[in-house]
Amino acid sequence: MKASDLKNRFHRWLYEEDGSELDRELEGALSNPSERMQREIDPETFARHEAQADEKRHELLMEEEKNYRRLHDWGMTKGSRLVKNAYRAAAVAVLIAVTVFLIRTVIELPPFGDPNNLYNNEVSARYIEQGIPETGAINFVAGMILDYRAFDTFGESTVLFVAACSVLILLKLGEHEKGEKPTPAMLEAEYDDRHHEPKNDEILQLAAKILVPIVLFYGIYVVLNGHLSPGGGFSGGAIMGAALILYLNAYGFEKASKIFTFKTFRWVTFVSLMTYAGLKSYSFFTGANHIESHIPKGTPGAILSSGFILPLNICVGLIVMCTMYAFYTLFRKGGMK
Amino acid sequence: MHMQFVQNVPFFSIMLCMICGIVSAMLPSRVAKWVTVALGGIVAALNLWLTFFLAGYGQSYVYLMGHFPAPWGNEIRAGILESVLAVCFSVILMLSMLGGMSKFEEQVHHGKQNLVCVMLDLVLAAMMAMLYTNDLFTGYVFIEIMTLAACALIMSRQNGRTLVSAIRYMIMSLLGSGLTLLGITMTYNVTGHLLMENIQETFAKLHATGQYQLPITVIVGLFFVGLGIKSALYPFHTWLPDAYGYSTPTASAVLSSIISKAYIFLLIKIFYRVIGIQIVMENQVLTLAFAFGIVGMMMGSIDAIFSHDLRRMVAFSSVAQIGYIYAGLGLGVHVGYAAAIFHMVMHAFAKSALFMSASALADASGNSKRFSDLRGAGFRHPAAGVCFTIASMSLVGVPVLGGFVAKMYLSDAAITAGGARMWIMLAALAVSTLLNVLYLMKTVVTLYRPAREGFSAPAVKRSWRTEIALWGFVAANVLVGLLADPLMQAIRSGLVMFD
Repeated sequence: MKASDLKNRFHRWLYEEDGSELDRELEGALSNPSERMQREIDPETFARHEAQADEKRHELLMEEEKNYRRLHDWGMTKGSRLVKNAYRAAAVAVLIAVTVFLIRTVIELPPFGDPNNLYNNEVSARYIEQGIPETGAINFVAGMILDYRAFDTFGESTVLFVAACSVLILLKLGEHEKGEKPTPAMLEAEYDDRHHEPKNDEILQLAAKILVPIVLFYGIYVVLNGHLSPGGGFSGGAIMGAALILYLNAYGFEKASKIFTFKTFRWVTFVSLMTYAGLKSYSFFTGANHIESHIPKGTPGAILSSGFILPLNICVGLIVMCTMYAFYTLFRKGGMK
Repeated sequence: MHMQFVQNVPFFSIMLCMICGIVSAMLPSRVAKWVTVALGGIVAALNLWLTFFLAGYGQSYVYLMGHFPAPWGNEIRAGILESVLAVCFSVILMLSMLGGMSKFEEQVHHGKQNLVCVMLDLVLAAMMAMLYTNDLFTGYVFIEIMTLAACALIMSRQNGRTLVSAIRYMIMSLLGSGLTLLGITMTYNVTGHLLMENIQETFAKLHATGQYQLPITVIVGLFFVGLGIKSALYPFHTWLPDAYGYSTPTASAVLSSIISKAYIFLLIKIFYRVIGIQIVMENQVLTLAFAFGIVGMMMGSIDAIFSHDLRRMVAFSSVAQIGYIYAGLGLGVHVGYAAAIFHMVMHAFAKSALFMSASALADASGNSKRFSDLRGAGFRHPAAGVCFTIASMSLVGVPVLGGFVAKMYLSDAAITAGGARMWIMLAALAVSTLLNVLYLMKTVVTLYRPAREGFSAPAVKRSWRTEIALWGFVAANVLVGLLADPLMQAIRSGLVMFD
């Protein structure tokens, strides 16, 4: 590229001018044609100039076309294959290097199950030895996640809430009132659903009739006994959510929306999260300010024991259940009706 | 030790943001928007109160989240650096929401506006939690919240570009989260702790005895790459231009000024309080940070020069500025960290101001993406013109404004570091400043040139909310420059409190 060309381009870039020199000349000529008209040109010279310019333009055009074709072909065939392959090879090489390096690191980590490992320290010792008297929960895990480290678990429940809200932003099609016209997107979702999902499958309905109550009650049991036996809000909530999804699959949206609508989802999630926030704010505030907290721990092993852990487990269970069901319905049809 | 009431502020800020987020899901959109604005203001005021208390108190303190002391229970910790940053970021959230509100109403589906407000509230909650956390795992929980909320913010305005960039962001960002989690897992495996002080103590002991050298190096690397990806460090920035360029202005401002900064702050906190800054400074990972930072400084600016769209140009400029921050970290001296944090604050204010004014200027030019249509936009929308000019001048480094001070501190840090890094950093600063001038000042000049012939500017309805926010941003950017000295004092004493 010539220096003057570069200068011109820089000038155009700096002054925000679009298009080529020729375009601008044309624009100028169009905006005030009178000036052009007034200029006296010898017709013979003009014709010769034009012919020369045409020839030159044609030559340039041909060359440009040839170059373009060569580059284009190369880019589409050999070039792209070369780049793609090089890219793949580099990606594989990097992945292998990272894998080898990480495995090498893992070999150097403390051996599994060694009693001298640093993670067998005072932290886990206290959870095991003092867990029951301090939290009142026989299930250490419940004591850890809902009492010792309840703030983290509040964060985790909020993660579920954020995830549900994000999916709502992405997929929710909007509620339509009775008598209102549904949007094309809704009709399409309805059509897809009717077309691809089973309707009134009798075997499924019979199985659901038997299984749904059992599964639901089992989920409730796991949630309520979270402080006594393995389980708790997260696992129990997932079981309850599965029961609702099974019911929806067997009986369809119309019947499912009699027991669980978008409104139910909103209110249950809201009340559960606010209860969690309220209860824990109380214990965070009293704990940090060294104020005596008047929450009875109860007898370890009784169903009504371990302070806030039982209500917190119920809250977490409800949030998990609602989130699971909401994910399913939103991904399937973009709504709960 | 007796607690004063003001010491509850960190807990109040986090809880208030989370509760506002939860409540906003139930509120009608027109209320939820103002709740977000008010939340930013209230949290800023509370943390300002705490800042004045801590300035007199002279040390940091821990706050129990519950009845059990750490390392068994959760706790948070407040120092003056955290509270100052909390003030800055909540002010930015408030101004971004206020300034972008009219665009927000126009571009976000009406029934979903309150859900986007939920995301904004929770971004602030996560920001507060990452600032105040004293526990590695609490930090991770809020990384998750921030990642999901950021995806939702990108796709809050739904068109093809934002959806694709949200997917791209999600993949990259989850990779970053995964690497960070791997780092946390390895840290726990080696030290047996999640509380920052205890980990640091154990790491210091292991370092003295020379045990687990390779795992510790890998841990530093994992944290650096994981959080580097999430904060759009140069080679990992491919998700950035589309995500910042095509979402709502509020989302762009919050993404560039709050979300990416939160991860950088968390990385600095991990370097200082988890791994121990001495171990980090002996680590070769810092060289990598320095190299990526320097390359980012150049490439970000070059990409910005070649972009044809105002918002994309501003987005690419973010890559360059993140490069400055990482280069500052990579210098491997304490002053470098202080300079990087100052640069982070300056950039947060300037970049949100640029996004906000860029959208107002494009609006005043018929929503055109072409630079030639932007001619004269500074006259058509004076507040946005002034805001864009001040923020650009700050980024370029015109004296009195924040960018000048930041660049001065960075060069000072480079001279302290000495050796090859000094020369590379100084040269990179000089070249990068020239490149900044090239694209930012050119745009400023364009804004004040007479409009293109035949261009008729469309009539735009001015919104008083945007006007207020733009002037607020102008004031904030000027204040960062004027108050540079006390701000730097706070950062320095905050870093001392970190140890």
